[in-house]
Amino acid sequence: MRVEQIAVFLENKSGRLAEITAALAGAGINIRALSVADTADFGILRLIVDDVARARQVLKDGGFTVGITNVIAVEVDDKSGGLASVLKSIDQAGINVEYMYAFVNKSGENAVLIFRFDDMDRAITALQEGRFSLLSGAQICSL
Amino acid sequence: MDTLFWEEEMETLPRAGLESIQLRRLRHLVARVYKTVAPYRAKMDAAGVKPEDIQSLSDLARLPFTVKDDLRDNYPFGLFTVPMEEVIRVHASSGTTGKPTVVGYTKKDLETWAGLMARALTCAGVTRRDMIHNSYGYGLFTGGLGAHYGAERLGATVIPVSGGNTKRQITIMQDFGSTVLLATPSYALNLADTMADLGVDPASLSLRVGVFGAEPWSENMREEVERKLNIKAVDIYGLSEVMGPGVSMECLQTSHGMHIFEDHFLPEIIDPDTGEVLPPGEQGELVFTTLTKEAFPIIRYRTKDISRLIYDTCECGRTLVRMEKVTGRTDDMLIIRGVNVFPSQIEHVLMGTEGVEPHYQLIVNREGSLDTMAVDVEVSEQMFSDEVKHLEALTRKIQVDIKDLLGVTCKVRLVEPRTIQRSEGKAQRVIDNRKI
Repeated sequence: MRVEQIAVFLENKSGRLAEITAALAGAGINIRALSVADTADFGILRLIVDDVARARQVLKDGGFTVGITNVIAVEVDDKSGGLASVLKSIDQAGINVEYMYAFVNKSGENAVLIFRFDDMDRAITALQEGRFSLLSGAQICSL
Repeated sequence: MDTLFWEEEMETLPRAGLESIQLRRLRHLVARVYKTVAPYRAKMDAAGVKPEDIQSLSDLARLPFTVKDDLRDNYPFGLFTVPMEEVIRVHASSGTTGKPTVVGYTKKDLETWAGLMARALTCAGVTRRDMIHNSYGYGLFTGGLGAHYGAERLGATVIPVSGGNTKRQITIMQDFGSTVLLATPSYALNLADTMADLGVDPASLSLRVGVFGAEPWSENMREEVERKLNIKAVDIYGLSEVMGPGVSMECLQTSHGMHIFEDHFLPEIIDPDTGEVLPPGEQGELVFTTLTKEAFPIIRYRTKDISRLIYDTCECGRTLVRMEKVTGRTDDMLIIRGVNVFPSQIEHVLMGTEGVEPHYQLIVNREGSLDTMAVDVEVSEQMFSDEVKHLEALTRKIQVDIKDLLGVTCKVRLVEPRTIQRSEGKAQRVIDNRKI
């Protein structure tokens, strides 16, 4: 139950994010979720989109450095304690979170948490044992 | 001003006398090198020239050139002419592709070198009564030890302070009463700026003269360092392949051109493109043949330094030809804080870093008085990661590898693909913003 995420290298200079989103929009690609990690010198844009292969090609053609990484998407009720319960299971299994971000579903009832763990296989096992709802890429796009 | 000499007779020889000494030494050298060093013999045979063909100084032009690659191909000791038990010291400088350039000295070579360095210091008016503050780096670099033994030979008091720890250096200057500073010109400016920060007035020091070399510096820098340190600044030239510091030296009288110690080093100026020897006074690439070195003599070494020879009579009375301040290079070598840096060395490090395709650019700046180097590297898909820590580790690794290879600290920046300027399809590897 892994989801493909697109990561894009960004120099810290103005307009780059706008160029990327414009390129994706021009190709009719929908962004479901995104986050930006930034340092003093560079940033990494992480995207969940509805057409990974196409998005990758569009960005490569636009001269960007693009990588595809697997992440895990967990759906939780959009209420207090949703994230805490997931993190508790992960912590008990001794797994580290490399990064995470989240978005709320259109219906407003569920939140989707995107995770990258240091041990993805064990994380999937731990989350399944905790009876959390893991989403596939297709499921995210159909939300 | 009275001229001081170290070896007055040799320094003031009429040209005819000098040339007869040079020819005798050259013939002896060529015969010895041909006999003892196979790579030289092979090159001379290929060029169809035998030692006995050297009948006049102009026959020098018949001999093949030696280039830095010859040293690399025969790394480390392949061009030495004596057995290793006669070699009592080696020095090395960074090579163009990772392997250093190694040179060796016999006991007599070190004596010759110390004598020539003492001669150079005397050109700058330094005497045995001076307190010499030697800030050239001690180690494989020829600067520190070369200057040190010359200063000792002169009989002066030497403070072997080496590079770094600038505040302590200033304290030593104050407490010991340093009168002569030996350093790279950029380090001298760094000392001056640190003094200003500390509120130390250079006029309160005993410093009188600075002997600066190992990197190119302009007349503007001379004016600046003289003003800031309240000293007279003179230029010294040398390179490890030829000997080290003390190949040529400015005299106090003219401050225009460095006297080449021609009884030991035979200079030529060539057209860097054709290799043709140019007439006296023309600007071109400086080529040296060592006349007296034992362990590691070198024949027609192409320095890649651009200069011009001045044969006018000098006010100081020395008849030795002068070379103009080096105005440039025929290759892409940079000198950063006294260290030779070739873009190809950076490329070598980047290739050795897994996944890094070397689209890079060196950006050199002078911040205050210190040279800084930044390396921009385009991020390829192979090296890219969605995790910050991996990219930061990569940056650090490149920095450490460059520091290990070159001894120069630089800042590595990751940049997006195709952001490094390309001219005619070829990346512009170096942006040098220094105003030298």
